[in-house]
Amino acid sequence: MTEHIAIVGGGTGGTVLANTLAEKLDAELAAGEVEITLFNDDEDHVYKPVWLYVAFGQREPADGRRPLREVVDDRVTIRQDYVVDVDYERKKLELVDAIDPAPYDKLVVATGAQLEPERVPGLAEAGHHFYSEEGAQALRDGLLGMDGGHIVLSVVGTPHMCPAAPLEFTFMIDDWLRERGRREAFDITYTYPIMRVHGNEHIAEWADPRLRERDIGIETMFNAEAVDPEAQTITSMEGTELDYDLLVAIPPHTGSDFIESAGLGDGGWVDVDKHTLEAVGFDDVYAIGDAAKTGVPKAGSAAHYQANVVAQRLASELRGQPATAVYGGKTICFIETGMDNATFVEFDYERPPEPSEPTRAMHWSKLAYNESYWLTARGLL
Amino acid sequence: MTTSQNHTEADTTVDARGATCPGPLMDLISEIRAVDTGTVIALLSDAEKSPTEVQEWADESGNEVLDIADKGDHYRIHVTKR
Ligand SMILES: Cc1cc2nc3c(=O)[nH]c(=O)nc-3n(C[C@H](O)[C@H](O)[C@H](O)COP(=O)(O)OP(=O)(O)OC[C@H]3O[C@@H](n4cnc5c(N)ncnc54)[C@H](O)[C@@H]3O)c2cc1C
Repeated sequence: MTEHIAIVGGGTGGTVLANTLAEKLDAELAAGEVEITLFNDDEDHVYKPVWLYVAFGQREPADGRRPLREVVDDRVTIRQDYVVDVDYERKKLELVDAIDPAPYDKLVVATGAQLEPERVPGLAEAGHHFYSEEGAQALRDGLLGMDGGHIVLSVVGTPHMCPAAPLEFTFMIDDWLRERGRREAFDITYTYPIMRVHGNEHIAEWADPRLRERDIGIETMFNAEAVDPEAQTITSMEGTELDYDLLVAIPPHTGSDFIESAGLGDGGWVDVDKHTLEAVGFDDVYAIGDAAKTGVPKAGSAAHYQANVVAQRLASELRGQPATAVYGGKTICFIETGMDNATFVEFDYERPPEPSEPTRAMHWSKLAYNESYWLTARGLL
Repeated sequence: MTTSQNHTEADTTVDARGATCPGPLMDLISEIRAVDTGTVIALLSDAEKSPTEVQEWADESGNEVLDIADKGDHYRIHVTKR
């Protein structure tokens, strides 16, 4: 009998998992004992970190896209379809386009996060962002069309993808304007929903003086309540109002709609055992990456390490061995601190991040990583 | 801030146990966004800083902390949306 491993979501986590499994289960795949199917609603694999650079005109959206078939091992079956629901009794996945449901014996949810700007009135019309291809392109045009004025970077919702990215954008825009001799013509304000500039205390402590040093205004405890696109103002639930000429907002996020309909968790996030990544209350269901509620940031690096752990666990289970691999919370992050400097952090469930002194070499490492990502996704690096 | 074991009835509960700071406060804020004025929310959190953080945020945003109960392994904080 063929054992079906179904992976829902062909982003960073799902792709690394599919490729790692194909390597590990080479013999079983060849013997027809196992079949790996990757479900993704898009024909392409998308590498989102490129969008930060698209906003500054340094990269094109196409640099972050490749056909999924080119990135995924040939031993993996790809199905372009949207998974809507799970029948846990019959172990089947319901799909939007296919008439017949797809079978699974082991299911891994890797559906990532989606943006929901509609949750804040006015935000969808007025708020620029660099969290999608179109958003990053529109932001690039918005920036190029400005001679001066007030740029407000507002982190509206947490959790959101890549908690470092709003800080990176703020440091980069400051530097970008300085390089053009235009910084004097601009005010920049950074807002954050809690009482410090970042959710993680160590990152907040590191970033706070650096923002101030560059004359960037800071508004903490600022939870955007409404945006008025006509008046160009953003108001917070705490009663602060800011005028802006360009609003760059990190919109609220939810998980894939599929997670709610499949009853896998609230708000689109799957409750998992943070070490084994098994979905709490379900048999043979795992979740990895942004979709999983582990407490670590929604970062591609975390999705990658989690994929490695689940690959090992699935391979062990398939061979009737006890699954021993566990995820310790490992996350790594390069953080741009300007147009040609960056720092690096590595942390896990036990050890907090300790940002190093920013260097040019670290900036080049981030760019080099972005280039080599396609090999990483293929499981080659 | 009041610390008590009283019997406030919550209209809705946000179980943020297991989430690290600032997860519980952010979960509370998203619930406040979603509910009507007057709704009482019970926040369950095992993060040590939650009582101070929630109180500080409620003071700033004009919402009301009704009571904070120490349940041993977690806090239960009742907040009314104002
Ligand atoms: C601007 C920006 C910069 C970033 N920078 C960094 C960085 O420097 N470093 C870092 O580590 N991370 C970074 N990230 C975060 C990183 O991109 C994400 O954490 C990572 O992509 C998460 O991987 P994932 O596999 O969980 O989800 P994703 O990569 O988002 O993939 C999810 C996939 O599932 C598909 N899908 C969803 N629902 C369904 C369904 N029901 N059926 C079928 N398919 C479905 C989606 O279309 C998508 O293809 C950044 C993100 C952004 C937006």
